Amino acid sequence: MAAGGSIDALGQFELHHALGPVGASVNFTQSNLMMVVAGLLTFGLLYLGMRPRAMVPGRLQSAAEMAYETVYNMCTETIGPEGRAYFPFVFTLFFFILFGNLLGVFPLFFTFTSHIAVTLALTVFVVGLVTWVAIRLHGWHFFSYFVPQGVPALLLPLLVPIEILSYLSRLISLSVRLFANMMAGHVMLEVFGAFVVMLGSAGIIFLLPAGFSLAVNVVLIGFELLVATLQAYVFAVLTCIYLHDAVHLH
Amino acid sequence: MSEEPGDERLPPSFEERLKAARGRQGLDAPPPLSARDTGDIGGMSPWGIGLRVGVEMVSALVVAVAIGWGLDYLFGTKPILIAVFVLLGGAAGVLNVWRLFAPRPTRDRGR
Repeated sequence: MAAGGSIDALGQFELHHALGPVGASVNFTQSNLMMVVAGLLTFGLLYLGMRPRAMVPGRLQSAAEMAYETVYNMCTETIGPEGRAYFPFVFTLFFFILFGNLLGVFPLFFTFTSHIAVTLALTVFVVGLVTWVAIRLHGWHFFSYFVPQGVPALLLPLLVPIEILSYLSRLISLSVRLFANMMAGHVMLEVFGAFVVMLGSAGIIFLLPAGFSLAVNVVLIGFELLVATLQAYVFAVLTCIYLHDAVHLH
Repeated sequence: MSEEPGDERLPPSFEERLKAARGRQGLDAPPPLSARDTGDIGGMSPWGIGLRVGVEMVSALVVAVAIGWGLDYLFGTKPILIAVFVLLGGAAGVLNVWRLFAPRPTRDRGR
């Protein structure tokens, strides 16, 4: 990590092949491996959690039920009663990102949400789906979304492009927010971790700052847990808000 | 959250008391904290708000520059469209930020 006295903060985001020669032949990276793990964990939480089907839930069943209800309430409260139709999508999205973020906090694990290629692909999918839902529900009327109400017709040639740009900027804002938060957190962890190693090996008088860096890293890990959950939540809520706009238009 | 035994029991229904108790135990914490009253920005740190505003403004600009550059490339009008789209993108960025902070009813009517 802190190779040769310099801090290699971005080396942790490099992709490597996973699963040995099989992975190398099909370009299966550790990022893909973590995605599969995140998917399996979500499935495992729900499958193993709900298997007892107890009236009074145990710990795992409680977790599964709370996860279900949290996302369900988010959908129905943000989108309205129609939100139930989009609940499976939002649930999948939320838990894929949540487990991706949380897995990244563990040492030696890779955070696939720290790559803009991944978050942008997710966002393109979300915005594409939202647009498809809006067109399917409202037909040509969808394009009135870009025409603000109560505006003189003279200003429309100026305002319609602005509205369209504002709509398209969701692509960047949604993906960059998730990617930047995850990457910044991991870069900070790496930098302070490198401080600990470098200062700790530099001599006895540097042990105090090294200990301080270690303390900062402990706090940062806790902060990362918060950011990981919050960003997954924000992504899901924004998806719900976009779906609300698509369902209700005005 | 009144706990006196002599209190009228009618107003706080079981659901409300359960909610209050769950809130006190921190069981319901994440959904109310992240505030859906103001969209999704309530309860965020100044750092979080600043980041969101910055991302909203820059993302509109990025999209506008990309579209302007692409259209210029397509039509061969090199510097004109990108200049126009930079201005439009800036305006769209400000619109995004306004949507972020505008009170909810205005936002819904304004669409």
